[in-house]
Amino acid sequence: MLSFKIAVRFLKSGGAQTALIVIGIAVAISIQIFVGLLIDSLQKTLVDRTIGNSPQITITSSTDIITIRSWESIVERLRQLDSAKTITVSASANAFTQKGNSSLPIIIRGFEFESADRIYNFRNSLYEGRLFKSQREVLIGKELRDELEIDVGDKLVVITPSGKASTFIISGVYDLGVASINKTWIIVDLETAQRLFGFQNRVTSIEMTVNDIFGADLIARLLEQELGNDDLTIENWKEQNEELLSGLEGQRISSIVIQAVIIASVVIAISSILAITVLQKSREIGILKAMGIKDFPASLIFIYQGLVVGLVGSTLGVLLGLGLLYGFNAFTIGPDGSSLVDLYIGYGFILRSWLVAVSASIVAGIVPARRSLKLSPVEVIREG
Amino acid sequence: MNSIIELKNVDKTYPGAVETQVLFDVNLRFEHGSCNSVVGESGSGKSTLLNIIGTLDKPTRGAVIINGRRTDTMDKNRLAELRNETIGFVFQFHYLLPEFTAMENVLMPYLISKRKPLSDISEKVVELFDMLGIAKWKNSLVTKLSGGQQQRVAIARALINNPKIFLADEPSGNLDSDTTEKICNVFREINEKYGTTFVVVTHDRRVAEHTDRIVEIKDGRIIADTRK
Repeated sequence: MLSFKIAVRFLKSGGAQTALIVIGIAVAISIQIFVGLLIDSLQKTLVDRTIGNSPQITITSSTDIITIRSWESIVERLRQLDSAKTITVSASANAFTQKGNSSLPIIIRGFEFESADRIYNFRNSLYEGRLFKSQREVLIGKELRDELEIDVGDKLVVITPSGKASTFIISGVYDLGVASINKTWIIVDLETAQRLFGFQNRVTSIEMTVNDIFGADLIARLLEQELGNDDLTIENWKEQNEELLSGLEGQRISSIVIQAVIIASVVIAISSILAITVLQKSREIGILKAMGIKDFPASLIFIYQGLVVGLVGSTLGVLLGLGLLYGFNAFTIGPDGSSLVDLYIGYGFILRSWLVAVSASIVAGIVPARRSLKLSPVEVIREG
Repeated sequence: MNSIIELKNVDKTYPGAVETQVLFDVNLRFEHGSCNSVVGESGSGKSTLLNIIGTLDKPTRGAVIINGRRTDTMDKNRLAELRNETIGFVFQFHYLLPEFTAMENVLMPYLISKRKPLSDISEKVVELFDMLGIAKWKNSLVTKLSGGQQQRVAIARALINNPKIFLADEPSGNLDSDTTEKICNVFREINEKYGTTFVVVTHDRRVAEHTDRIVEIKDGRIIADTRK
């Protein structure tokens, strides 16, 4: 305790010098927290906005017959997985619609609506009108509506590849945020699609989201082994978004490099400043040794100095970093007034950064502590 | 009488580009409870002698026995323990810790010794502060005190652990003659009251006159040893 008391008193008497060390640590850690959390939030926002409203694992048929046989038993197996979040099925096929004398390619997507809505968020994406209530009604995307110059309540003619034409009423217009989907998908009830294409009660895809979004590839691989069915193709979002993933990985690595450089600079800065304090306090250490303080408690003074500046600096740094992050988020807003980045505050990351900074500060105290071991009281006394 | 400090054939040489020998075959004994001074001119080796007695420095050759224990072969930590328990130092430049108050400076050797609890020592602190006339400044930072007051704080600090040996290096170096006289009287009082062995290194004959034995040193050799 005496070493701690002396350490604190030395730091207090250091005044501006101590304040500078603490501010130095606080600024460095605040940047680490800011950069780390921002990049993490950016990644999660990007992933969420890119694939958040779409299935992360999709099971389709790999044979010439596009429907999946005994799909109910597969769905039953999937429901038993802990990693599965939402499971839905869809009956989908290509078709055409008419625009004047020409025909436009479209995809009829029949969903088991309630479970599909938990993945695609159709309800909240409804742009105009209402959801379909009967098998005569459909939802179309915003872009298709513009292209065809039709609106809610109008008729839409759908022609299947076999030439069968059916007429539907447009009950609503959706906007899923992806133009290619908005332009091609016609959303209908599952049974409507099954009836239209003669699938009977079969489906063409089983779609699911998982709890660990980045573990989707592993889960997909596990499913392949477990189902052991060559007639099925199991795809996951990571295969389909390799470029996005490599971008995210690059971002993650650069974030780690930035954080490592910050920590290294914190260690070097504290270590060099504390090393100077050994020189400045060599007289006091000499006096303490003349009075009988042993080498270990004398060197502990510098370890404690590192600990105290580390604790204060890192805590201030965390607060400052969070302040910067919230400030940044308040000022970077899109045209609709919402934030460009959804903040994800990783408490584990904050705690880890704080612990690393405090540990680094203690480590930084080791160099001066070792130097203090060499101090001999007689040198101080002889030098006067 | 038994000796508490004994130096046998002590040489001290400082290494360097040119080796400098500052003590030559010194043989010296100081008895328990005696009051002694070592006088000599600047550079005569008297401070080196005191540092060796105080275990702050080691002899190049010879033996140093303090309170019955040979110190020149002890390791650093055992020496630190011995200094803390047995020896009180007062230096010319006081060597107080500027970051601490007078009271905290005085308590420092006690806190280093890790003897507990602190309440056990409070009586001793009051007694020392009263005896040295510094009770008024006990909570002042030592940097706010005059030279004489600082020296008294240093004396109180040297005495807090009830050392058997009290070593003072030029204790009057920076003080006027009035204050010097007072400090010498305090030394005498402590010597008589606690039976502490005093070794005072000084170039000031007036200080030496307050002691019972004057050892004179010149060019690293003892040239006179006078007992009253």
